[in-house]
Amino acid sequence: MSELLQFAFSGLTVGAVYALVALGFTLIYNSCDVINFAQGEFVMLGGMTTVFLGLAGVPLPLAACLAVVVTVAVGLALHRFAIEPARGSGAVVLIIITIGASIFLRGAAQVVFDKRFHSLPPFVGGDAIRIAGASILPQSLVVLAGAVIILVLLWSFIERSLIGKAMVATAANELAARLVGIDTRATVGLSFAISAAIGAVAGILITPIALTSYDIGTLLALKGFAAAMLGGIGSAVGAVVGGLLLGLLEAFAAGYISSQYKDAVAFLVILIVLLAMPRGLFGRAPVERV
Amino acid sequence: MPAYAKTGALIALLLAIGAGESRAQVKLGAVLSVTGPASFLGDPEKKTLEMYVDHINAKGGVNGQKLQLVVYDDGADANAARTFATRLVEEDKVVAMVGGTTTGATLAMIPVFEEAQIPLISLAGAIQIVEPVRKWVFKTPHTDKMACQKIFADLKQRNLTTIALISGTDAFGKSMRDQCVAVAPQAGISIAHEESYGPRDSDMTPQLTNIKGKPGVQAVVNPGFGQGPAIVTRNYRQLGIALPLYQSHGVASKQFIDLAGAAADGVRLPAAALLVAEKLPGNDPQKPVVVSYTDNYQQKTGQPVSTFGGHAYDGLMIFVEAAKRAGGFEPAKVRDEIEKTKNFIGTGGIVNISPNDHLGLDLSAFRMLEIKGGDWTLVQ
Repeated sequence: MSELLQFAFSGLTVGAVYALVALGFTLIYNSCDVINFAQGEFVMLGGMTTVFLGLAGVPLPLAACLAVVVTVAVGLALHRFAIEPARGSGAVVLIIITIGASIFLRGAAQVVFDKRFHSLPPFVGGDAIRIAGASILPQSLVVLAGAVIILVLLWSFIERSLIGKAMVATAANELAARLVGIDTRATVGLSFAISAAIGAVAGILITPIALTSYDIGTLLALKGFAAAMLGGIGSAVGAVVGGLLLGLLEAFAAGYISSQYKDAVAFLVILIVLLAMPRGLFGRAPVERV
Repeated sequence: MPAYAKTGALIALLLAIGAGESRAQVKLGAVLSVTGPASFLGDPEKKTLEMYVDHINAKGGVNGQKLQLVVYDDGADANAARTFATRLVEEDKVVAMVGGTTTGATLAMIPVFEEAQIPLISLAGAIQIVEPVRKWVFKTPHTDKMACQKIFADLKQRNLTTIALISGTDAFGKSMRDQCVAVAPQAGISIAHEESYGPRDSDMTPQLTNIKGKPGVQAVVNPGFGQGPAIVTRNYRQLGIALPLYQSHGVASKQFIDLAGAAADGVRLPAAALLVAEKLPGNDPQKPVVVSYTDNYQQKTGQPVSTFGGHAYDGLMIFVEAAKRAGGFEPAKVRDEIEKTKNFIGTGGIVNISPNDHLGLDLSAFRMLEIKGGDWTLVQ
């Protein structure tokens, strides 16, 4: 029993990390149908900038805020100098541009920061909380809470605010969106800025648990993307559920089957789910309005 | 025709400069992984070689000739390494080579140097580089096998004979795991349970929970590299496992203590004397060498020393000593002298190379360390 609980705690810890990364994909996908593969690099930038500002003597809370600002600036620059000039060239071209941007950002981080691993002190007391023979770090709860808070904000932004609706409209049909008076360029730019901010916050929250280095982005983006697909890309609720599910799958596979094959087991389950439900668990069926 | 004459004179001048230079300087090659995934190895190696070649030249060089270091960066790509090896041999005409940062790069370059009959002193870890012995190939770093043997010897001393392994699935973790499994029976250690984790995993509590639940396990050994062992150590304490935990020489750096934090307390690991330079007793023969290297490196780069840079120091110095004994730079003579290296005190240990041992280190090269209060202490 305590084993089961421990596996669940482990899954939630890792899953919360995936969920935070998956949430970052949601907004950009909603505004321009693009999977932003540089999302992992936003996560890396958030963590690494905080670490280095902290090393330079900036108090950590301030360093974290500055890191978010820096990452948002990078997100806006990515939109302005890479996505914007290529607008109208189709989603595949834009996705490839984001892959290029991710390689560029990783290389730049190697030069600007360094190639070592770094950590941040946990936000709340470091001692593990013990429940029925299993234990979970308080920081894991912070990450979980962060994922839920971002989820609620994001959901109300997309579903309830006018700008959020403008984003969805831009993704659905850019020309029509422009015709009804939406500044589609600014809307897409805003989605990059907010996604960068989500990525940065994720990076800061997970660094005390998962550590950070210039090249963590690739794998995080991959796992986050898998989580987002599982949950249904574009759905904020789906991103969180997908992330937690992926984390739990990995933990139970590692605990009950074999640690060698945990990734394989997790991805096998994703494949099966997507075969049965190609839009993911919470994905919307495509509706063509004429 | 003055224009032709001018050009001709210029060419003659350039040739003369070129010829003069090649006579005055002896070229030493180094193919290192300065960038890319193995840059944490290659970067200190390059800095060390550059620093000490400058030192040597400032003191008048070797055998009255100045050394010229030719460094190529293979970016941890074995194919690139082989191309650069050919260039070192055919274009630069080096007299010897210190390098091969990674095992892959070294193995790719060995045929080039064997064929050209130029000595190669590798800085990579795997035992395959010097087993079987190849005439022109040497290496300076200790091996995974020695690390396993050192850990097992320490376990035996504490009367702990049943262990669990949790290893990374990266190249380092896999290779060391295989070596540990291979030498365990000879050392009288039985491995009761095995777990693994991916090099980028951020939580290893499920694997550790399984180890915790295995009856009879007396200690846990973690062959691994990078951030994985730091997370294993944290999770180990999080789960409150009271068994002794052993890490490998792969994480023998201050960075590990920084990343694992308070959880690192009590962890034991084998490491080269270099890491505990200041803590060695005064009569330790390695003390002057490692203290002087540490001071030089930190002064020059402002970064903490790593054993990797130390391996480069050992390789360079073994070459320089051999060249001095040979009285010249004839590759065949230098090779013979490298093979006769006896009681060379390097950062990695005391080196005694022989025709059937091209590494020349024994288990005394490793010191067993225990982390206490965020710092290394020597286990007596």
